[in-house]
Amino acid sequence: MTNNESREAIEQVSSKFGITPEDYMLPARTEIHMLDVNGKLHPAGEQGAEPGHEYPLPSPAALMAAYEQLVIGRRVNDQNSALVRQGRMAVYPSSHGQEACQVAAALCLGENDWMFPTYRDSVAVMAKGVAPMEVMTSFRGDWHSGYDPNQYKVSVQATPLTTQLLHAVGVAHAAKLRGEDTVVLAMCGDGATSEGDFHEALNFAAVFNLPVIFFVQNNQYAISVPLSQQSVAPSLAHKAVGYGMAGERVDGNDLVALLSVLGRAVRLARDGNGPLLVEAHTYRMQAHTNADDATRYREDAEVQAWIAKDPLTRMRSYLADAGLLTEESEARITASSEAVAKTLRDGMNSEETPDPAELFAYVFSTPTTQLTEQAHLLADELAREEDTK
Amino acid sequence: MSPTISTSSPANGNVSAETAAQAARSANTGVQSVTFAKALNTALADAMELDSSVLMFGEDVGVLGGVFRITDGLTKRFGSDRCFDTPLAESGIVGMAIGMAMNGMRPVIEMQFDAFAYPAFEQIASHVAKMHNRTKGKMPLPLVIRIPYAGGIGGVEHHCDSSEAYYAHTPGLKVFTPATVKDAYLMLREAIDSPDPVVFMEPKKLYWTKEQVDLGALRLAHETAAVPPTEGKAAIARPGTDATLIAYGPSVSTALAAAEAAALEGRNLEVIDVRSIVPFDDETICASVRKTGRAVVIAEAPGFVSVASEIVARVQERCFHSLAAPVLRVTGFDTPFPAPKLEKYFLPSVDRILDAVDSLQWEEEA
Ligand SMILES: Cc1ncc(C[n+]2csc(CCOP(=O)(O)OP(=O)(O)O)c2C)c(N)n1
Ligand SMILES: [Mg+2]
Repeated sequence: MTNNESREAIEQVSSKFGITPEDYMLPARTEIHMLDVNGKLHPAGEQGAEPGHEYPLPSPAALMAAYEQLVIGRRVNDQNSALVRQGRMAVYPSSHGQEACQVAAALCLGENDWMFPTYRDSVAVMAKGVAPMEVMTSFRGDWHSGYDPNQYKVSVQATPLTTQLLHAVGVAHAAKLRGEDTVVLAMCGDGATSEGDFHEALNFAAVFNLPVIFFVQNNQYAISVPLSQQSVAPSLAHKAVGYGMAGERVDGNDLVALLSVLGRAVRLARDGNGPLLVEAHTYRMQAHTNADDATRYREDAEVQAWIAKDPLTRMRSYLADAGLLTEESEARITASSEAVAKTLRDGMNSEETPDPAELFAYVFSTPTTQLTEQAHLLADELAREEDTK
Repeated sequence: MSPTISTSSPANGNVSAETAAQAARSANTGVQSVTFAKALNTALADAMELDSSVLMFGEDVGVLGGVFRITDGLTKRFGSDRCFDTPLAESGIVGMAIGMAMNGMRPVIEMQFDAFAYPAFEQIASHVAKMHNRTKGKMPLPLVIRIPYAGGIGGVEHHCDSSEAYYAHTPGLKVFTPATVKDAYLMLREAIDSPDPVVFMEPKKLYWTKEQVDLGALRLAHETAAVPPTEGKAAIARPGTDATLIAYGPSVSTALAAAEAAALEGRNLEVIDVRSIVPFDDETICASVRKTGRAVVIAEAPGFVSVASEIVARVQERCFHSLAAPVLRVTGFDTPFPAPKLEKYFLPSVDRILDAVDSLQWEEEA
């Protein structure tokens, strides 16, 4: 079931493309890019793809749907950052600047496919359909997670770096054993690729030939530490080759290229060709979280250079030039993003506080005697407080 | 692709009691001399037979059958989709098991030795223990982490740790440790059936001990729910009246030997086998101590901040007015587990237990 199957899969897919297994696994010499910083389409021969790696342009409908999510994503990020500044939300790790990655990660997946996001990936989680207020449960400090992973096929937003990649491997493995058609997309950051579980997850996925896409958003920093202090590999995508899987890098601020590269990766994985590693070059335009001060470790000039490559403006120019984005559709999209922002604001205004009795309710499937005793203790304490009021 | 494997559900997992009973009857083995290892092996096989979502994986558990042979024959019988070797990576094993449990399987995984589970600690403490709570029960993790643990076999460093306190201290984990062949079978079956994650600690010095048991009858009893559950239930390993020895796992046999020796001196000691560290059975233990008025807790792990300390505190909190003497502990020293030639000095011994019993302020009674 294992290594022979994995090797044969790589050999088969590379011969199908008329390239060697090495050329299949090795990332292209440059990142895949389709839109330039002004939103102009690069000519077909200049998009970075190597022979055997085909990256067709997504359909106009797919591009428009993605653009709508992109606008919503930016609005969500900025609304939440504002709520944090106003002290109405505990914490929010913003993906401002990374929204193209967020949107593509969600939209490349099918109905039965799973996503394993991190703390940074709230926009991707919403783009895959999770209700905004259910996503915000953890950031407003009500509970550690607020949605049912089974319902959306979106796992909890992981905080311990790369631990979730192994859960993704397990979900894919279970599905494969039952003969189900399930692709799993597992997300992490550039700094996280140094963690041990990153290695274990990629190796397990390759050895068991599982349909997992490891999607690394290389936003150049792990809190304050730049990528150069995490790794001296030629690129993070090159790490794939060491596990016997294919790697690719893509312009992470280019939604068109992301949709195309992730779309191909999902198709390959779905067809039984094993896992893939996709590295997106992007930038965390704001601080790590509201608690962080990014001016202590990076220059404003660097930030400005990346703002010039903003994924939103590029996509908007492209769609407008292509005649896809009209004033009407732009207005409709703005309205839907404002509606989401309002949901977030209204949700934060609600005074609902979590029920302390729930502390004990979910530790096990049925509370132990000891937990029940402690639940009574707290209930008595609260009742006494209530009496003295 | 294996169409023989399906998601754990009442439809394929917990087959009707009638079907199970029939299967069990037809495989009745009669009373035989059975090792602790064979009881565990049979429990795994029976659970895998009954429910195709039960999977077994880890290091060397496939063709080899595990370094202690607990998974012997499972790959041959159930195929390499159901019992298989993974790459050498403990965090990977636990992490993948989490994902499989999230997606309908009931994985049982083996950590090769106690100390080699430490690379997986983050997965265990941060996810195995917390996923159910984090998702308000939406994402239960029915998985079993089997860990051969403790000393008594002259093992080298990293092969003899008593690591139960790490797990017992972590809310969300159940921690079972059988001390008899019969319990080895029944408790592992219960652990696999549990909707909650269980850290199943196997005292490795017991693997080769034998008892006369009828595994077929145990299978039938388990599958027809004809035996009371062991979860959260301590067992009275030896009834007595004068003092209570509270032990678990590898220390139960030592406590029993001490009770035999004490009997020769005219003291009738009760021995309690805790069995289920989490959930903990305050009731049985306190009932015994209230009856005897004296207690000694015995465990191999270093005593400082240990399961033994917790038991002492609980007994003292609940039985203070029944106590004729302070509750004492006989535990491993607060040193790293020693080299093979020194382990006999480290492990709780019959003599050390008897000394503790002797110092339970008997003189004041006369
Ligand atoms: C195991 C672990 N160690 C440390 C942390 C604290 N931490 C949270 S985010 C972070 C930086 C991660 O950087 P990266 O992987 O690049 O993702 P980004 O935050 O840039 O999206 C650190 C060190 C953690 N969450 N988990
Ligand atoms: Mg980063």
